[in-house]
Amino acid sequence: MAAHLPRYLLRRVLQAVPLLLGVLVVNFFLIHLAPGDPIYLLAGDGGDEPYFAAMRQKYGLDKPLPVQLGLYLLGVVQGEFGYSFAYARPVFEVIAARLPPTLLLMGVSIVLSTVVGVWLGVVCARRPNSPVERSVLVATLLGYGCPAFWLGQLLVLLFAVRLGWFPVQGMVNARADYEGLARLSDIARHLALPVATLSVLHLALVTRLTRTGLREELGKDYVRTARAKGLPTPSVVNRHALRNALLPVVTVVGADIGTLFTGAVLTEIVFAWPGLGRLLYDATLSRDYPLLMGIFLLVGTSVILTNIVTDVAYAVLDPRVRYT
Amino acid sequence: MASALTQPFTTLPGEVGAPRRTPRWWNRFVRQPTAVVGLALLLAVAAVALLAPWLAPGDPLTGIGPPLQPPSPAHPLGTDDLGRDILSQLLHGARVSLLVGLATAVIATLVGIVVGGLAGFFGRWVDDALMRLTEFVLVLPRFFLAIIVTTFFGGSLLTIVLLLGLTFWPSTARLLRAQILSLREREFVVAARAVGAAEPAILTRQVLPNAMPPVLVNASLQVGGAILIEAGLSFLGLGDRSQVSWGYMLNSAQPFILIAWWMSLFPGLALLLTVVAVNLVADGLNDAWNPQLSDEAWR
Repeated sequence: MAAHLPRYLLRRVLQAVPLLLGVLVVNFFLIHLAPGDPIYLLAGDGGDEPYFAAMRQKYGLDKPLPVQLGLYLLGVVQGEFGYSFAYARPVFEVIAARLPPTLLLMGVSIVLSTVVGVWLGVVCARRPNSPVERSVLVATLLGYGCPAFWLGQLLVLLFAVRLGWFPVQGMVNARADYEGLARLSDIARHLALPVATLSVLHLALVTRLTRTGLREELGKDYVRTARAKGLPTPSVVNRHALRNALLPVVTVVGADIGTLFTGAVLTEIVFAWPGLGRLLYDATLSRDYPLLMGIFLLVGTSVILTNIVTDVAYAVLDPRVRYT
Repeated sequence: MASALTQPFTTLPGEVGAPRRTPRWWNRFVRQPTAVVGLALLLAVAAVALLAPWLAPGDPLTGIGPPLQPPSPAHPLGTDDLGRDILSQLLHGARVSLLVGLATAVIATLVGIVVGGLAGFFGRWVDDALMRLTEFVLVLPRFFLAIIVTTFFGGSLLTIVLLLGLTFWPSTARLLRAQILSLREREFVVAARAVGAAEPAILTRQVLPNAMPPVLVNASLQVGGAILIEAGLSFLGLGDRSQVSWGYMLNSAQPFILIAWWMSLFPGLALLLTVVAVNLVADGLNDAWNPQLSDEAWR
């Protein structure tokens, strides 16, 4: 299997190229479908005539569409993602500056919800039809139907306004200039409620999947064999059954990255978290089209890349599946 | 045991011995308390959506009271920053959510059936091409696409529904294709082929009806998904501004979160209840049609 892996990886990457191209083409056609002269989308409406003329020249707006598409793709390959007119800087730079807070939020949330979700799933699978399982299942049902941004508002009302345990919004306390450890704990305090908000949906998903998968595995012959050998239950569950039950969880955690971005954007707006979400919101207000496109491209690319990582992880983890 | 007296007398004089029975899936559906609760909730929301103009105490879009009033006898759920009655808005908001949810699921299911059906039926290059297309639509981040399109063109309900419908279909297509591929080899299909039935007839009469249950379960889950995405768009202020929607109510609540909890609590609760109701129905349908595969719908 291991010998197949590099070839499999290469094949998956090659398969991703047309998908990436597709996302770029969608991006390109959005620019041209939008009402008005596309020059305003590419260069903003604040420039003067010579500037517009130069931009028209650069993007080949006087040439036929296929040529323009070619020029656009060529630009992207060279790292040109357009110019944000609200920030008067290249889109790439603007996004890169705002990405770390979002990645922090998403990263902590994905780790936390996966760990807690697997644990809850195991608890449920080991006590079928118990009150514990029922309450967890009801909670996952509510987690599924809950709009993340509303949950965020409720958490603010309860834990920030009423109880005063956590700050209402932001990432750092603007009035204090913490250093070192104090700064870290300040960020952690600000992070708690947004992470809780963003984690709920994912937590529900992982819990459900682990429970279903584990229950299925626990009914199989190899588990009975392990039990008959006299292995203690925790060992049977954790070392044997859980490993197999977690395979679908890997897929879902990977496939869910788009949803996670969506949740992060909405959560950031509730908590004024200084990341991509806030940037996106401001871009819709200022109609900063190149910036919107850049964010769309970033999320699309992340989804495609995560899919590759997930598939390869699956191939490594599951020796039953042979990929050629 | 049911005696002759408790048995409903449904046999018409013309029918010999075969009383019209309720379908088995329906019997299994109503035996699940959670599914029945979900259906009842959903019907209640639908009734509210239909009767909103008569139920609502006032016009949802004009201020009829003092602004930012907490719940009181005059305004049971309070008023918002423009003095609009929250209850009236809430009742009218049911329309947008249900409309977007149902219309999206219908479009997505129709497109998905066509794509998945063609791919599964014709196989070969048709299958390859359509599955590549499916994969592509699947990686498009629909929420971000929707943000761009609504910023460009404005977020009319039609734009939003089309956009969601045309990005929600891949799961349907994949499900149906997989169903067709597995059903094609089953005995009853092979038997139909053996007695000389034409392929298109086999597809429409034998394969499709048996492939539909998971597709319909998926469609009901899509209703909930679409409702939440529309709410997210409206929360960003990108929804249809001519309509009251729960997402838009939460958008107006955001700046006043510290002083007017009622502006946030009720619309979110309505969203939560509606989506949970839809998902309970989906769960119930899934168990009714395919008891072994319960929970499959959640994957």
